[in-house]
Amino acid sequence: MKYMLIIAGEEGGMEDVSPEEMKAVMDRWSAYGQELVDAGAFVVGEALQESATATTVRIGDDDERMVTDGPFAETKEQVGGFYLIECADLDEAIGWAKKVPLRAGGIEVRPVMDFSGSGYEAPSAATAEASS
Amino acid sequence: MVALERWPRDGVPANPGAWITRVARNRAIDRLRRERTLDAKRPQLERLEALRVAGEDEPDEVAEPAVADDRLRLIFTCCHPAFAPEARVALTLRTLGGLSTAEIARAFLTSESAMAQRLVRAKRKIRAARIPYEVPAADQLPERLPSVLATVYLIFNEGYSASGSDELIRRELCAESIRLARVLGEIMPREREIDGLLALMLLHDARRAARIDARGELVLLSDQDRSLWDRQQIETGLELARRALAVRGVVASSAPGPYALQAAVAAEHCRAPTASDTDWDRIRLLYDWLLRVQPSPVVELNRAVAIAMAEGPQPGLDALDAIEGLDAYLHLHSARADLLRRAGRTREAANEYDRALELSANPVERSFLERRRAGLAQ
Repeated sequence: MKYMLIIAGEEGGMEDVSPEEMKAVMDRWSAYGQELVDAGAFVVGEALQESATATTVRIGDDDERMVTDGPFAETKEQVGGFYLIECADLDEAIGWAKKVPLRAGGIEVRPVMDFSGSGYEAPSAATAEASS
Repeated sequence: MVALERWPRDGVPANPGAWITRVARNRAIDRLRRERTLDAKRPQLERLEALRVAGEDEPDEVAEPAVADDRLRLIFTCCHPAFAPEARVALTLRTLGGLSTAEIARAFLTSESAMAQRLVRAKRKIRAARIPYEVPAADQLPERLPSVLATVYLIFNEGYSASGSDELIRRELCAESIRLARVLGEIMPREREIDGLLALMLLHDARRAARIDARGELVLLSDQDRSLWDRQQIETGLELARRALAVRGVVASSAPGPYALQAAVAAEHCRAPTASDTDWDRIRLLYDWLLRVQPSPVVELNRAVAIAMAEGPQPGLDALDAIEGLDAYLHLHSARADLLRRAGRTREAANEYDRALELSANPVERSFLERRRAGLAQ
């Protein structure tokens, strides 16, 4: 079963970090990613640029698409990255979430919807190719 | 004294507006009695499997005895930290306690549809997030067991609270939580916090008959008729409390936990032949200890009351004044009122009772506070 680890925390704080410290931080994250890969749990994972770079398209009344500046909500904690992982159950996913080398903030563990057997098919690269 | 006696009720919301008809209540009790005799063959595993497959459907009765391991797995699933505490309580009562949704709703003073909703959401989450049906690994146990014990204790507190839902239903909740703790203790005999919790609940429950007088008024621990206490249950509780507190082995992690310490306090009260024989020095020491294991302003409040009993009202008031963050907690004000009364500061005591009354919506509690206030020497 797939779970998404949605990583959120306060932004900033990396401006005054020395190159050595920066490297130590990056090493921790890449070691974590490697551990996920070695365990066969890694599906995909990315770090996001800060929320100041975000743009949100809002669906208004009358189905109108409005482009607004900023993220979903101007909260103190912002989503800064995610992992999509394959796990046997929630406890295993929580185990991985606990290991995320985040210094402050939180990791939301969200089970991914499974459409198999539902008659609906989630889009995939294969269906994209077939329709092109 | 008030704080000490009422401590087990902390955090339990009370809605005095609830009532049920006699017919419905009698039916519920009949059913509970019937269930009790089926106790040994409760189909816990089937219940959970039914939950997982059918989701919203009520599980069917299956007369297959559940082995201990299944029950244990089940309680860890029901008390998974992925559920809110209220959902843990509801799931545990529904699947392990065999209470109907209507009975649980009545016990927690909520509508049956709201309780059904809560259960449906929880069951959906078991399936959707794939919450495992297994006993956590040994290294996870210290982290997971407290949530199970807290759930059992919440069920007990709801049953023990002096008002709220129907008396008979509440008695069932107490019996149910004690039964659950016994099951846990049988399956995990090495976990002495289970002994501690079971001891704590047995010792409180043993005083039940003396807590409320014939008019339905709350009776303080110091004023209770101790001949009404259930001595046999107290003996069982005292032995368990001793076991929970005893240091086993030499490792630091074997220090007594919060339930063992709370049970030790309850044991001191139950041991005393009269209220004035209570060993308040030892109780104060136990609260010092508890404060280190589980720091909280409510524990500080209880410690302050113990200090007052051991050393007099003024040291107790000093300790009360040092507590932060409890200004909206009525037991702080009723405790302060009591100490001011004993210090002869009647006017200040009256003000504190007023403050406590402002914070109380519970009729039994209000009546108690009003009587105390009226009893102040003018």
